[in-house]
Amino acid sequence: MKLSKLLATAAVALGLATTAMAQDKTKVGFVFVGPVGDGGWTYEHNQGRLAVEKEFGDKVETVFVESVPEGPDAERVMTQMALEGADLIFTTSFGYMDPTINVAQKFPNVKFEHATGYKRADNVSTYSARFYEGRAIQGHIAGKMTKSNIIGYIGSYPIPEVIRGINSAYIHAKKANPNVQFKIVWAYTWFDPAKEADAAKVLIEQGADIVLQHTDSTAPQAAAQAAGNVYTFGQASDMASFGPKPRISSIIDNWAPYYIARTKAVMDGTWTSVDTWDGIGAGMVGIGEISSEVPDDVKAEALALKDAIASGSYHPFTGPLKKQDGSDWLKDGETADDGTLAGMNFYVEGIEGDIPQ
Amino acid sequence: MIRLEKRPEPSRVWNYAAPVVAVIATMIAGGLLFAFLGKDPVASIKTIFWEPLFSEFAFYYRPQLLIKGAPLVLIAIGLSLGFRAGIWNIGAEGQYIMGALSGAAVALALYPLEAWWIFPAMVIAGALGGWAWAMIPGLLKARFGANEILVSLMLVYVAEKLLAAMALGLMKNPQGYGFPGSRNLSQMPWATSWINQNAGLHWGVLFAIAAVIAAYVLLSRHLLGFQIQLAGQAPRAARFAGVNPTRLTLFCLGTSGALAGLAGMFEVAGPSGIVSIDFNAGYGFTAIIVAFLGRLNPIGILMAGLLMALTYVGGDIAQSKLGLPKAAIQMFQGMLLFFLLAVDLFTNYRLKWATKEAA
Repeated sequence: MKLSKLLATAAVALGLATTAMAQDKTKVGFVFVGPVGDGGWTYEHNQGRLAVEKEFGDKVETVFVESVPEGPDAERVMTQMALEGADLIFTTSFGYMDPTINVAQKFPNVKFEHATGYKRADNVSTYSARFYEGRAIQGHIAGKMTKSNIIGYIGSYPIPEVIRGINSAYIHAKKANPNVQFKIVWAYTWFDPAKEADAAKVLIEQGADIVLQHTDSTAPQAAAQAAGNVYTFGQASDMASFGPKPRISSIIDNWAPYYIARTKAVMDGTWTSVDTWDGIGAGMVGIGEISSEVPDDVKAEALALKDAIASGSYHPFTGPLKKQDGSDWLKDGETADDGTLAGMNFYVEGIEGDIPQ
Repeated sequence: MIRLEKRPEPSRVWNYAAPVVAVIATMIAGGLLFAFLGKDPVASIKTIFWEPLFSEFAFYYRPQLLIKGAPLVLIAIGLSLGFRAGIWNIGAEGQYIMGALSGAAVALALYPLEAWWIFPAMVIAGALGGWAWAMIPGLLKARFGANEILVSLMLVYVAEKLLAAMALGLMKNPQGYGFPGSRNLSQMPWATSWINQNAGLHWGVLFAIAAVIAAYVLLSRHLLGFQIQLAGQAPRAARFAGVNPTRLTLFCLGTSGALAGLAGMFEVAGPSGIVSIDFNAGYGFTAIIVAFLGRLNPIGILMAGLLMALTYVGGDIAQSKLGLPKAAIQMFQGMLLFFLLAVDLFTNYRLKWATKEAA
């Protein structure tokens, strides 16, 4: 633990030095898993970073490193940021969880914010968005818009967050259209345009005329455009350039309000470790414009659903719901608790296929 | 008019000068690239090469060079043996994954057992895992003449799928709330490869140094080393000299596979800690550059591995300090191999000023 002490001393010394030099310039670091130009997940986190710069101007300095592999490289990049005097570091991928905790132990005075994880500490918060709320609206539109009744879904990794999205989209597609069927392809990547395009083509060949995606590139949109009568939804980012068709709406991650609030908390000295899981109501999940391809009545229904979710009067996982194996999950009117949702590892009744193990 | 003329003998001077010239050319071309991106070229190059070694935080960065460099050197040493003999193992990345999975499997299967023999067993399992994965292209080549470049490369993608399946299934941490990824091996004192984390020292670093020495002795003192060189330079002559090409193929692929497997095992039990979906970070491919940059020479590979590690560590510093995009750093690293291959021309050829021939 000698180095930990050394690191901590260095951090403190540097902290003093920077305070002395540039009075109260707060330094905020961002560790990104993809390139800032991915047009999806990392793009939106970077938008959040830019919003922090815009909000606080000269009072803040932001730094970032992109395409950081999850593992020892992430730990080094975080340490490097902390050494160089960052006050607050956002680590924006699930795989950064253990590295974040490790580095946070060595730098007790630096605040860390880890996206989508479950390990916290005195100086480590976690935050995520209730993307499944957006999936419900997406599922509804998809169910109404499909003609072949086959909806394709590009999964990234079979982790709870992705399974939650599939379930939510399926439940609401089924409600809108009882004949609907889901075909799911696992791409095993968050961002790989070539693999995503292949997955989209396979789904389209199998008859899907709607392709939903939980991967971050616009390759599926391009594949849908090439195929003609196939609709898609923007993922993580609006992907508006593919509208009004094939992209007919989108789920937008809006991290800016959270990043601004947390930066402010560090500046004010009011930062504490919290676990945040916000949805449409708090503005962390946005629904991109529903395009002119969608009939007005469907659009109105979708917006009503969005409002009901935002106000809290409707929960996307409301019983009666059964699990895929036919066992009861939620009773009539019962809503899912966050614990079950956080660790969701089962499909709801009606989805075909197995979750890869 | 400038003309290329084949040298009667490969130039010794150029053989050693080529990497140095390539590094200098990379610095110049990279500096230009950074200048076009609106960054100060001198500051950028200095950040990449100088900061990790001599800045105020060098006490942290220097050990990081060992962590980053050890797997590169270990894998590259194995690859260099095959490359010298004309046996092209491009799939070290897959063997690295298989070594990690095999090694991790030992500790995870026995968890929570604590015993002194677990780590040695992991080392053996790691080496065997990589060796076995490399034996697939080896046996296919020996038996059916299948191209080892294609087979070994394809097996990387198979290994990646297996890795994902393990992280999501069999090796998933039962206390991980359903999230993918295994238990953290680096937190099990009986299973970790760390010796001293603060000094960047783990068993992989020691094995890498040992591999450099062993390869040096093998190539300069041992008959097998002579046979490897002969098979690469003059396959027909090698046959007459009694070299068994099948055995040589299996030896070279097996050794490189075992070393890549070891590198993966030390990584997963130390710096990385967990079997995760994205565990492999490209060491197996980067090691190919390291092997060539080091002239397939053990000492050269040691230096090339550290140089490559330097560009990684320095590159990340340049990203956060100067806002250089990752793609520019990757291009910079790619230029190293590009210029080396270009400059290598002068080892076998020389420039000639041809005067116009009078009719």
